[in-house]
Amino acid sequence: MTTTTSPAGTTATEPPVTAPPFLERFRVPGAFLLGAVLLLGIAPLVLSDFRLNLLAKYLCYAVVAVGVSLAWGRGGLLVLGQGVFFGLGGYAMAMHLKLADAAVTGQTLPDFMQLYGTGDALPWWWKPFADPAFAALAATVLLPMAVATLLGFFVFRRRVKGAYFAILSQALAAAFAVWLVGQQATTGGTNGLTDIQGFFGYDLDDPVNQRMVYLIVAGVLLLLMAAARQLFVSRYGELLVAVRDSEERVRFLGYNPANVKLVAYVVAAGMAGLAGALFVPAVGIISPALIGIVPSIGFVIGAAVGGRASLLGAVLGAVAVAWTQSTLSDAYPAAWTYLQGLLFVVAVGFLPGGLASLVTVLRRKRRTTHDPVTGGAA
Amino acid sequence: MSGEGLTVRGLRVTFDGFTAVDGVDLDIRPGDLRFLIGPNGAGKTTLVDAVTGLVRASGSVRFGGEELLGRPVHRIARLGIGRTFQTATVFEELTVLQNLDIAAGAGRGPLTMLRRRKGVPEEVTRALETTGLTALRDRPAGVLAHGQKQWLEIGMLLVKDVRLLLLDEPVAGMSHDEREATGRLLRRISEDRTVVVIEHDMDFMRSFAHSVSVLHAGKVLSEGSVTEVQADARVQEVYLGRASEPEPAAVPVTEEA
Repeated sequence: MTTTTSPAGTTATEPPVTAPPFLERFRVPGAFLLGAVLLLGIAPLVLSDFRLNLLAKYLCYAVVAVGVSLAWGRGGLLVLGQGVFFGLGGYAMAMHLKLADAAVTGQTLPDFMQLYGTGDALPWWWKPFADPAFAALAATVLLPMAVATLLGFFVFRRRVKGAYFAILSQALAAAFAVWLVGQQATTGGTNGLTDIQGFFGYDLDDPVNQRMVYLIVAGVLLLLMAAARQLFVSRYGELLVAVRDSEERVRFLGYNPANVKLVAYVVAAGMAGLAGALFVPAVGIISPALIGIVPSIGFVIGAAVGGRASLLGAVLGAVAVAWTQSTLSDAYPAAWTYLQGLLFVVAVGFLPGGLASLVTVLRRKRRTTHDPVTGGAA
Repeated sequence: MSGEGLTVRGLRVTFDGFTAVDGVDLDIRPGDLRFLIGPNGAGKTTLVDAVTGLVRASGSVRFGGEELLGRPVHRIARLGIGRTFQTATVFEELTVLQNLDIAAGAGRGPLTMLRRRKGVPEEVTRALETTGLTALRDRPAGVLAHGQKQWLEIGMLLVKDVRLLLLDEPVAGMSHDEREATGRLLRRISEDRTVVVIEHDMDFMRSFAHSVSVLHAGKVLSEGSVTEVQADARVQEVYLGRASEPEPAAVPVTEEA
């Protein structure tokens, strides 16, 4: 690489990509509007009740992926334990819905407690979940965020990072699932909380109400994507990328990188919690098998395949991977786990930007063959 | 500006029984352009690490009346002390402008942080001009030439209104023209700030230093103006093992471990 003193005579390696200003200005809102029309308008019209319900489930995974894109894609935090927060949100919602279901039939205890429980009294920590406001907002979103704050505070302050952070997150997801399995009498154990009938007074067996749940999920996804997009382009988003690139350097500029990472981690946890809460009415169940190690890895694979640093890439990747999973695991149940692992390795190892970066990578490759000079410098 | 100089007393840094810095005293006046020179392993970088909080040290380091030892890195940075590293560390995936904006931003409130950057802050504009990077402000820092990355790093200290700059081998690997430009930049900067430069390049030191401290085996061997230090027999001993003027060719230019 040649070096010059005059700023004007620098070696140009990246010719600026100039899109027409009009298109550039409306690219993002336009894409957002298109997404809204597709999700809220066209999908409910063309998809059967069954397919729409499946899509609602995939979109819940996409909501998790929005958080993963922020924490991992922008912040470099490989969050391999999002199952914990997804589970907290899911269980909080399911506990409330089970209590509400029981109340409809005049019972004080959810059905599984009558089968496996030890007494007639509701465990004290179930009681607050009877309150809809507490369950819907505080417990599904704020509880995962509070847990993430506590965890992140210690983990980031101790400067745990990279693979150690990933392993720690993973271990937590495993521990949480194991704990839930052990509490048969109060959490439903391996079965989880199943057979959920109503959603804030609406019967979930009614297809109309299922469509409403789908619309809520899709709406939440769009809102969170807009919020994440704002974080990405804000000064905080720039700082987060800086922390990912060189944490030490950020520290020497007078920031505490632990706090910068904490914000991304906590926001991602809140999104995972909300996704878990929406998953329950959409699918009708939450169980340890849905939040342990394998699903926790599943949450990041979609983002990895689609492109973790790109919001749209992560969301589409999550939906595509979830769709592939349910299609393939019906036909070849054993093969899916291998394919999942393979996808992860290939995406992280050979295409770190995911499918979203494919265009850029190909374009760069073509330029390299055309122009060996800039190719050598890049 | 009085009372803002750097005062180091009895500074000692030990790694597993090896004493890298062994009782260093330094007085650097405000507005000085001080060069720290010395053979490999003399403890120059470790000294800067200790001042900026990167390694644990005993003794006392005071700047502007504040004791620095024992404070975490980011708090020392907020006192107006900035440093660069031997290898330029800029945020390669962010543009020059974003790099400078982040550097300027420590202490911004949460509301400002959550909003998009509108326009260019004044201190960033000034730093772009001082470092001559205005035309490159929208380039990703990763594509800058080596010398430009070093200037960007210095610019990232300037935007914070840093009062003490500690630069670790800023001209290593630079072309002759880049060295000259860097030297002039350091001179401009030191007009209203204190600058400490670790350097192996003797020509560069002779051209631009106001004062020089020679470190050897963790101790200050000699201190004074360029001429005084060059005339010091002990310095010649350390550098050449014989009594003659140090020549650039005989000076080790390899990176310090």
